[in-house]
Amino acid sequence: MYGEVLGGLAEGLRRLGGAVTGGISKLGYASRFLFAVLWHSPQAFRRIQLTLREIYFAGVLSLVIILMSGMFVGMVLSLQGYETLKRYGADEQLGILVALALVRELGPVIAGLLFASRAGSAITAEIGLMKTTEQLAAMEMMAVDPLARVIAPRFWGGVISLPLLAALFSAFGIFGGYIVGVRLIGIDSGAFWGQMQAGVDFWPDVTNGIIKSVVFAVAVSLIAVFEGYDSKPTAEGVSTATTRTVVISSLAILALDFVMTVFMFRGAGT
Amino acid sequence: MPDAPSAVPHALQNQTGDRRGPAVELIDVSFAYDQRPVLRGITMRVPRGKIVAIMGGSGCGKTTILRLIGGQLKPRSGKVLVAGQSVPDLDADALYHLRRKFGMLFQFGALFTDMSVFENIAFPMREHTDLSEELIRDLVLIKLHAVGLRGAAGLMPAELSGGMARRVALARAIALDPMVVMYDEPFAGLDPISLGVVGQLIRKLNDALGITSVVVTHDVYESLKIVDYLCFVSEGRIVASGTADEVRASADSYVRQFVDGEPDGPVPFHYPAQPYAKELLTHVR
Repeated sequence: MYGEVLGGLAEGLRRLGGAVTGGISKLGYASRFLFAVLWHSPQAFRRIQLTLREIYFAGVLSLVIILMSGMFVGMVLSLQGYETLKRYGADEQLGILVALALVRELGPVIAGLLFASRAGSAITAEIGLMKTTEQLAAMEMMAVDPLARVIAPRFWGGVISLPLLAALFSAFGIFGGYIVGVRLIGIDSGAFWGQMQAGVDFWPDVTNGIIKSVVFAVAVSLIAVFEGYDSKPTAEGVSTATTRTVVISSLAILALDFVMTVFMFRGAGT
Repeated sequence: MPDAPSAVPHALQNQTGDRRGPAVELIDVSFAYDQRPVLRGITMRVPRGKIVAIMGGSGCGKTTILRLIGGQLKPRSGKVLVAGQSVPDLDADALYHLRRKFGMLFQFGALFTDMSVFENIAFPMREHTDLSEELIRDLVLIKLHAVGLRGAAGLMPAELSGGMARRVALARAIALDPMVVMYDEPFAGLDPISLGVVGQLIRKLNDALGITSVVVTHDVYESLKIVDYLCFVSEGRIVASGTADEVRASADSYVRQFVDGEPDGPVPFHYPAQPYAKELLTHVR
């Protein structure tokens, strides 16, 4: 009886230890992978059309979902915000509420989450399938480094695309807020834009939003290319890697957002 | 069965008369994936200009030999030499430089699916040369003509049959006129016509371009038609080798089982297990 309990406990500890050391090992591998990608980046930039192509696939093709989502989020924000602000007689502050919420938080975060789902998963699946079908091995055997030819352009394509998408998300969100707040609800247009101009500063509000989106872009792009490159070369392996990209990217965005918000906006406005 | 003059274990002296030495040489090579031994003391040499087939059952370590030659894996012990250079000792730059002398045909072609047939074959030329686009176009068409697919230059890989994809991959493998071409299961999954076409292409291109070819396959009949020498690998060791005629005439039990496709023999039908009756009775108890 005791033997079984001890055996089970030992097995549990072994698994826990294995999971921890495995996680640390993978983190180390991912760090080395990031350095390798950065090391090979000059080669990728020398043939800029490779990165431009990835900006098209990751960025331009994500425009529809980003713009539509931004518009709807702004509209909902405006509706909900108006209902709350009205109670305190501050409904003309709606412009500030919508703009700050989008520029500081929702723009970078939701654009990041959508980017991870739409483009991150596609990048992982593409690289994973290239690995499964031995395209990466074929490239290596042709003396072409996949890190320079395949990975680095996709990484930088994501890093460049996401901040631009986040900016567009915020812009369309504000426009959606304007449509609902001014056109539908009837808040004064001058008050909406005037309050926004007065209450939103380029520094720290817009700048910190941009910094957040750049950090999210690096995180999501790294996770996407790493999971694809590290995936098991089977159908199940690619499927698992794609799922991991979305899950890990989403959690990373939310965790990083909290940490950055603590440092960026602690005490802001007081 | 006598040792063949090349592709043979233990016959390390150069018997081809080529002063440059063998194109590929493995000396007492052992390799393991983690704790699982795959190769145990493999010694073989591939003379320049010849086609050598490495044969054996699934999972016997054939493809591992190709990966060792290509520098994708490093042996636990032993030497892997290509044109006299020790592949495991090369740094990344030197290895990539050496790989420019390689061509490799992967099992299912490994064509780049986002590129057309033309772009696939132009890929290594664009990566490694400064040739003009006009010259690259001509060279690509020459390579495609050699494999009979000049008319398919504009197709995408998804539009090709298995045999066509293999031929395009072959054209890509010889795009830079390599010294050594490695073929990983070039006949797998092909219909008889495509199989014959690919087999003949391997032979003709080898002779026309003066290539050295290493073919990993388990298609014994097709191999016997085109290769100069065969090595049989089992349980990580070379268990037999010789010319095609010697293999046909061989009385070696492993070779006979492989050539005749016998289900049982030196390679047993049953995976190792405890006695049948004992296992059944254990379950009843």
